[in-house]
Amino acid sequence: MGEFKFITTSSPHIHSGESVQKIMFNVAGALLLPTAAGIYFFGMRALVLVIITTLAAVLTEAIFQKLRGKPITVWDGSAMVTGILLALNLPPGLPLWMAVVGAAIAISLGKQVYGGLGMNPFNPALIGRVFLMITFPVQMTTWINPVDGTTGATPLQIMKMQGVSTDYVKLFLGNIGGSLGETSALMIILGGLYLLYKGYIEWRIPGFYLGAVAILSVILGRDPIFELLSGGLMLGAFFMATDMVTSPISRLGKIIFGIGAGIFTVIIRFYGGYPEGVSFSILLMNAFTPVINRYTVPRIYGEVKVR
Amino acid sequence: MLKTFRGGIHPPYNKDFTKHKPVERAKLPDRVIIPMSQHVGAPCEPIVKVGDLVKKGQKIGEAKAFVSAPIHASISGKVTAVEPKPHPGGGMVMSVVIESDGKDELFEGIKTPKPLAELTPDEIKNLIRESGIVGMGGAGFPTQVKLSPPPGKTIDTIIVNGAECEPYLTADHRLMVERPDDVVLGLEAIMKATGVKNGYIAIEENKPDAIEAIRKAIQAKDGIELVELATKYPQGGEKQLINAVTGREVPSGGLPMDVHVIVDNAGTCAAIANAIKTGMPLVERITTVTGTGVNEPKNLLIRVGTPFSEIIEQCGGFKGEVGKVIMGGPMMGLAQSVLDVPAVKGTSGILVLAKNDVNLSEQSPCIRCARCVDACPIHLLPTTLGKFAERGMWTEAEEYHALDCIECGCCAYVCAAHIPLTQLIRLAKNHIVASKKK
Repeated sequence: MGEFKFITTSSPHIHSGESVQKIMFNVAGALLLPTAAGIYFFGMRALVLVIITTLAAVLTEAIFQKLRGKPITVWDGSAMVTGILLALNLPPGLPLWMAVVGAAIAISLGKQVYGGLGMNPFNPALIGRVFLMITFPVQMTTWINPVDGTTGATPLQIMKMQGVSTDYVKLFLGNIGGSLGETSALMIILGGLYLLYKGYIEWRIPGFYLGAVAILSVILGRDPIFELLSGGLMLGAFFMATDMVTSPISRLGKIIFGIGAGIFTVIIRFYGGYPEGVSFSILLMNAFTPVINRYTVPRIYGEVKVR
Repeated sequence: MLKTFRGGIHPPYNKDFTKHKPVERAKLPDRVIIPMSQHVGAPCEPIVKVGDLVKKGQKIGEAKAFVSAPIHASISGKVTAVEPKPHPGGGMVMSVVIESDGKDELFEGIKTPKPLAELTPDEIKNLIRESGIVGMGGAGFPTQVKLSPPPGKTIDTIIVNGAECEPYLTADHRLMVERPDDVVLGLEAIMKATGVKNGYIAIEENKPDAIEAIRKAIQAKDGIELVELATKYPQGGEKQLINAVTGREVPSGGLPMDVHVIVDNAGTCAAIANAIKTGMPLVERITTVTGTGVNEPKNLLIRVGTPFSEIIEQCGGFKGEVGKVIMGGPMMGLAQSVLDVPAVKGTSGILVLAKNDVNLSEQSPCIRCARCVDACPIHLLPTTLGKFAERGMWTEAEEYHALDCIECGCCAYVCAAHIPLTQLIRLAKNHIVASKKK
């Protein structure tokens, strides 16, 4: 038996088989549901937008890593997820070159300048989106109506300007104007439930985010169902606030993060200049994440009251 | 309601290799290598020299310190070497090598003690000490020391650990199925030695036959209760077990006796029972030889000191390309580099993993998925501790309770980025402890 050479790495000797790549591809898979809704309501243009944005994101990551002399890790799927997420947050009619710029900014300024995967403080897709909103405000707020392809206002804009609500069923199914992937609450929830079931997101952030928005809406005399179903809230709560890299790690931290994002969203929607505030809310809470992590260190087993 | 703790993981248990296989007596080894340190505490001093003839059960290592346990010959034969030899726990340890005379003769000094009912607590403790009994779950803490708490510490509960939460291992499982009365007798002896009226035998619910056997064995016994535990790793961790059974938490840096509890492994109880029934010291134990890299997995009753190579040979030898040979289970066991190390008192299993089963995935960046946070049974932040360790931030690691880590391996098992978190935290612990000694 002497000829064997044994591996002698330290315990544990087995692994769950989980990997970053598996997580990213599952998230991407779940994102196909709202993507499909976008294609259904806005046509092939939406599909092209998603593909172009995703390719741009992946390519930017590869170029950046090449320039920095780092190993190219685009197969981990994280740039793909950022690309799809960004596309889902764009108006379906946005000029493609603008989407490409957004994707390049998302990956370069949102992720790679910080050192790449795992190091970025802010959700890269949201960095890309906010950059586009500031740079191309007109194109970023030109919404297509699903029915006739004409341009029009989103339900949140109609609510803000005229105080008129939109039919719940339409909001739920997605037959409304808005960003590519945020129209169908149904598909977003299905995708979110899939990720919850697989354990790739955990319930506290979306749960407390949506809960905070609903409760504050009731308190402030708004229609909570309308607020939950319209705008980017569902997409943000399930797919962007839950971004692992930029949200807290402790259970309590996740609760605080969710509630905080809910409060900011309500403040911006009800009292701010923009009709929608999900992107800004999540980015604001991203900024708070390190502080939240610092102050929500769990009580450990056997820890007697310290100080 | 099954009792359990918060955190932990559900790895594949892989106990089917051996859980239905009755314990087989291993053949008498030609040669045993008996290390003078098979326990936590001071190593023993060898009291035999090369050329001496020894018999089975004869003391060959004297324990001089309080925290120590004497060591006995496990076969009869001639001492051929007293020198440092590789130890399965790592490094070289002074060992006594005995060449078998094939007779397996019993030492004349071995006498059957009085029955338990006639033994005084001090006699029981003395018997346990002189029999060299140590914790057989792997840690190897001298049992008698546990039973002698310092003044001011009171004990009100004894828990027998029959959780056996490590995947693959079935030694305790088979013991409880085949010799439940010994486990109970051992517990009764501990209860009598400590004057405690509350005894629990705690078993994970994935061992229904063991639960049934123990239930029958304790039917007519007062003060002994069976506790069914949820199947979850590390349910058999001392702290997790105490929490599940009593709801108490061992304070950080403290011992079970700080919450008035003593935990002893089922195998330890059986060793005590054996000493009471026959006067035999601890010279053999059940070891599960298992895994995807061994031809005939078995539960073997082996003599302490039998080389791994001989044990594996008795199980049909290696199968296919072997990746790792591990003493213990896959979560906390120690990977071996050579096969001429001996099985010791704490060798609950020898696990041979085929090359394909060894995780050698490349590390990727941490994406803060917090799986480790959810899995940690101590409720630490393994990802944060890992980052501190990578940067050599030992003070911060200590502030984040690195020293409370029980090294169960859950964090590294679940890590999506394949970061060796357990190893990193171990590194931090070593640095913190070393800096305290200065």
